[in-house]
Amino acid sequence: MPKIILIGASHKTAPVELREKLSFSQEQIETALQFLKQYPGIREGLVFSTCNRLEFIYMPESGALEDKDGIDAVMRFISELKALPVSEFKSALYIHKGDDAVRHLFCVAASLDSMVVGEPQILGQVKKAYKTAVSAGTTGVLLNRLMHKAFSVAKRVRKQTGIGDNAVSISYAAIELAHKIFADLATKSVMLIGAGEMAELAVEHLMAHQVKKIVVTNRTFKNALELARKFNGQAVQYEERESALADVDIIISSTGATDYVLTRDQVKGIMKKRQNKTLFFIDIAVPRDIDPRINKLSNAYVYDIDDLKNIVETNISQREQETIKAQRFVEEALLAFRRWLDDLSVVPTIKAINGKMTDIVNLECEKTLAGLPHLSTADANAIRRMTRAIASRAIHDPILFLRNTGNHRDDSLYLNVARQLFNLDIPDHNY
Amino acid sequence: MNIPFILLQCATFFYLISTAGYFCYLFHQKNRIQQTALGAVGIGAVVHLFAIVLQSAALGGLPIYTLGQSLSMAGLSLAAMFIYTQYRFHLKILGVYATAMISVLMLAAILFPEVTQAPDKIYKGIFFFGHIILIFTGESMLALACGAGILYLLQEQGIKGKSPGFFFKRLPSLDFLDAVSYTCITTGFALLTFGLVTGFIYARSVWGSFWRWDVKEVFSLGAWLVYAALLHLRLYSGWRGRNSAVMSVIGFIILIFTFLGVNFFLGGHHQGFTQ
Repeated sequence: MPKIILIGASHKTAPVELREKLSFSQEQIETALQFLKQYPGIREGLVFSTCNRLEFIYMPESGALEDKDGIDAVMRFISELKALPVSEFKSALYIHKGDDAVRHLFCVAASLDSMVVGEPQILGQVKKAYKTAVSAGTTGVLLNRLMHKAFSVAKRVRKQTGIGDNAVSISYAAIELAHKIFADLATKSVMLIGAGEMAELAVEHLMAHQVKKIVVTNRTFKNALELARKFNGQAVQYEERESALADVDIIISSTGATDYVLTRDQVKGIMKKRQNKTLFFIDIAVPRDIDPRINKLSNAYVYDIDDLKNIVETNISQREQETIKAQRFVEEALLAFRRWLDDLSVVPTIKAINGKMTDIVNLECEKTLAGLPHLSTADANAIRRMTRAIASRAIHDPILFLRNTGNHRDDSLYLNVARQLFNLDIPDHNY
Repeated sequence: MNIPFILLQCATFFYLISTAGYFCYLFHQKNRIQQTALGAVGIGAVVHLFAIVLQSAALGGLPIYTLGQSLSMAGLSLAAMFIYTQYRFHLKILGVYATAMISVLMLAAILFPEVTQAPDKIYKGIFFFGHIILIFTGESMLALACGAGILYLLQEQGIKGKSPGFFFKRLPSLDFLDAVSYTCITTGFALLTFGLVTGFIYARSVWGSFWRWDVKEVFSLGAWLVYAALLHLRLYSGWRGRNSAVMSVIGFIILIFTFLGVNFFLGGHHQGFTQ
């Protein structure tokens, strides 16, 4: 049975300061893959790093490398590359072996282990890490199979559970609301009131949906100009904000003002001017900038930070229920992988080849004999013996070869080829 | 054997399947279910059309002499208009409303006892035919506008109340629902207008005057005025969104009353259609 070892640290085990220090750049990942490739006794390996996690996965040559030695070597490598003493991060590392390692990898790929469970980026990141490992030449039969299984379980979780359905961040929730209010954001304009960091963040999200125009206003006009330049937008004087409402659809407000920046009467007046076209106010300021009574006006919607937080919280609790279903998919995939792995050893493969040949020979032989009724029983038996002998002679050399895959050779590679040549694997399940 | 009646039952069966499909789609949101359900409406409508063609051939005119026949006619025109709006807007969830309404109409149509009535000679001619077709398709469009309006109100309630619930994910954006409802109203209103005009011309050719203060005529004009007001307010006072949705529901309630209630409670020369 080939071994699988996974060493890693994530937001669950390491504080953010440490994760920042441990995070690998793309070049560092490539260096790490070269290290795994050259380390004696390691057959296949993959390194995966995001801002929230670092994972080393490798498969040691059977019997060639003690678990402890390999793990120590990886830790030493991290320590040297990152110029960090081992003692500083050792306690934050988790080490999984065998099934646990596979399960962990599946959970990571399916976004079950993410800080925001269900966030969709992680699968792309895992795929990228796999690609890097493939081009570095550190993948083989086992990792290929393992990673593809991980991708398919991640896809299944995405498709068949509601885990990625609900917005679980404030800005995402606000954008989802905007999508349910306006048919096409690309034809809508956004006005920022206040040039704070939060506003910038929200606009960056909106920019991804390509809004038509961005208008920025701020008490200090200079800051508004700066931000407008950054987003390729237009700056207006703070005093003009009321009349500017006539031409925008979404308002994001984040000023430090103690009073309402926009009152109900101001908006009511402007609503007439804009033919009652919908206005959506996103108020992320504390204390609030937008008069909550505006929400009572027809075709105006006001969401403050607490409303958005409430939506996010309901979504998170729904997501947790879907996680249980997702975990079942992971277990199923683990079982399927395990079965494949168990079959990928010498004895079951030889047995399967033998069985397949015997089946073919028996079938063909009986078919022929059925058309030759004039043969005596003894003759028929002789023919049966002969065909079986041909079969066993024909596969004798391949079997001998499989039995004697030397230590220096990658037996799982040959076993996999043999299984494919003879088409021994049951077709993979639909996930 | 009454072949048209058997065909009507077949059509009803398909409509019921489709209703079940759309309700399934409401909960599970699987596209395949929705496509099957839409297909079932399509098959139902074709069978239904065939039945009505056979009935027309037998009667020598459109089958709208009894309440059952009128309801069946309404069902077919609603199905046809629904398929048309699906083709135009892909507002899949509207199917829940439309197919449920078609099914109710059809169940009522086949459950009402068939009264054999001698076809009246006056119910003939191009204007009568035009009047019937335009009125039924126009009212169907307005029924769909009411459906889109109801969806709008559901979605709006969730967003305004800050508790996006069951419908939030399942319904499209408010803007889109408003646009669908508006388009249905303008189309329906145009058809209804032409329907009323052909009705007046027909009335003059049969009874010698355009307008005879028939109760149904009065209510039809009332409904027409409601929609005219709605369109006017939308264009000139920006009545969109919630107000527009509420008006589309009110207008349709008046239409239903015009279609059924007048005959049941008030009488008039349109009486014959719903006996």
